[in-house]
Amino acid sequence: MKYKDILDKYPFPQSVKEEINAELEKFNVKKTQARKIVERCFQAYLQNLIEPGEPAGIVAAQSIGEPGTQMTMRTFHYAGVAEIDVTLGLPRLIEIMDVRKNPSTPMMTIRLTEEYAKDREKAREVANRIEATYILDIAEVLTDIRNMQIIVRLDANAMERKQLSFEEVKKKIEKGLKLPVEGNEEEMELVIQIKEPSYKTLMTTYEKLRKMVLTGIKEIRRVIIRKEEDEYVLYTEGSNLKKVMKIKGVDFSRTITNNIYEIYEVLGIEGARSAIIREAKSTLEEQGLEVDDRHIMLVADAMTSAGELRQIGRHGVAGEKQSILARAAFEMTVNNLLDAAIRGDIDKLTGITENIIVGQPIRLGTGDVELVSRIGVKK
Amino acid sequence: MSKIRLQDHILVPKHELLSEEEAKKILETLRLNKEQLPKIKVDDPIAKEIGAKVGDIVRVERESPTSGKSIVYRLVV
Repeated sequence: MKYKDILDKYPFPQSVKEEINAELEKFNVKKTQARKIVERCFQAYLQNLIEPGEPAGIVAAQSIGEPGTQMTMRTFHYAGVAEIDVTLGLPRLIEIMDVRKNPSTPMMTIRLTEEYAKDREKAREVANRIEATYILDIAEVLTDIRNMQIIVRLDANAMERKQLSFEEVKKKIEKGLKLPVEGNEEEMELVIQIKEPSYKTLMTTYEKLRKMVLTGIKEIRRVIIRKEEDEYVLYTEGSNLKKVMKIKGVDFSRTITNNIYEIYEVLGIEGARSAIIREAKSTLEEQGLEVDDRHIMLVADAMTSAGELRQIGRHGVAGEKQSILARAAFEMTVNNLLDAAIRGDIDKLTGITENIIVGQPIRLGTGDVELVSRIGVKK
Repeated sequence: MSKIRLQDHILVPKHELLSEEEAKKILETLRLNKEQLPKIKVDDPIAKEIGAKVGDIVRVERESPTSGKSIVYRLVV
């Protein structure tokens, strides 16, 4: 930047500095003139800043809430991204603000390292490592009550698709059930003999076998491979960031999930903040609503300022207000007042809500300014 | 396999631990007490990665859609 030394004297944001610099360079202004122009820019900048005493939070709440009334109330699923159901609209926005630990439709977008991203077969390989595979996906399971046996008839085609070998499956089952498995590779058959002559043991073993994950990550129920521009991207139903990022072939730095709490646990509070902004923005945009980024950023900041994720609601931001009256005005009025009465709490009436309740001027806008005049002082 | 650096993730902005003098200077220019800053937990994955201790101040450099680059400070608790 040519005019960096002049611009750096003013507390402009980075993007404003760059913009001014670009304009000045375009006209190739002299330094003395540039100084004057920048000074005028700074005046304009100050006029455009939010004013002291402005209720930024209320403006943000209204700016998100008003277009929110036009969102679809119905849990709306769409099949846009590779036939995966995703909760959208108002239910999704509520989910984000409530910081649900288990969102109704967790989903991941997994990008691959260069080596794997270009080739469909290679991408399939990674997908197989991630997608949870159960015995019923690759075989037919029969129970033989007379001989107390479980017979597994493997499907060679399905196994090839999942890139599993006969020996691997055998070992997995032996390890999972802690029972010896007899195998016949030619007929693709595995036999599990139950020693106890009890029908119940047979059935519980069968259930255990059915629920056993042979390969992949338990939480990830389905993986879809899609080509995006010149690379293959995996979309998954279900999410487990911690496990997926350790899988070979996954480009961890570009892999994301829509489960914000998981991001908080794996990537920390700043990661969660970015994720909240990203998710809220995309939810609103998808519905064709335009909300200024700053409002969403304010919400995300409020949710993450304590170092941990707090929901907007009585278990989080609103519930931690110090004023009893403010909490009572939000939700569960009787409980809040009763608990406060039992504890003998005192409300110091420092906030906005409580002062409105008792009918005092609030400390916002012009109410926040005190005018002092010194009488009799000559200049 | 090389160790994963969580800070490389696209969702995670750059975190930096401040020295004591830097921290003091920042608090003076902002005219704030330490406690008035937003917090970050000691057991936060990123705080662990940069080796932050309780009472330290972390500088976070975010890519902001509105201002290009924004700098935020967080107190480690």
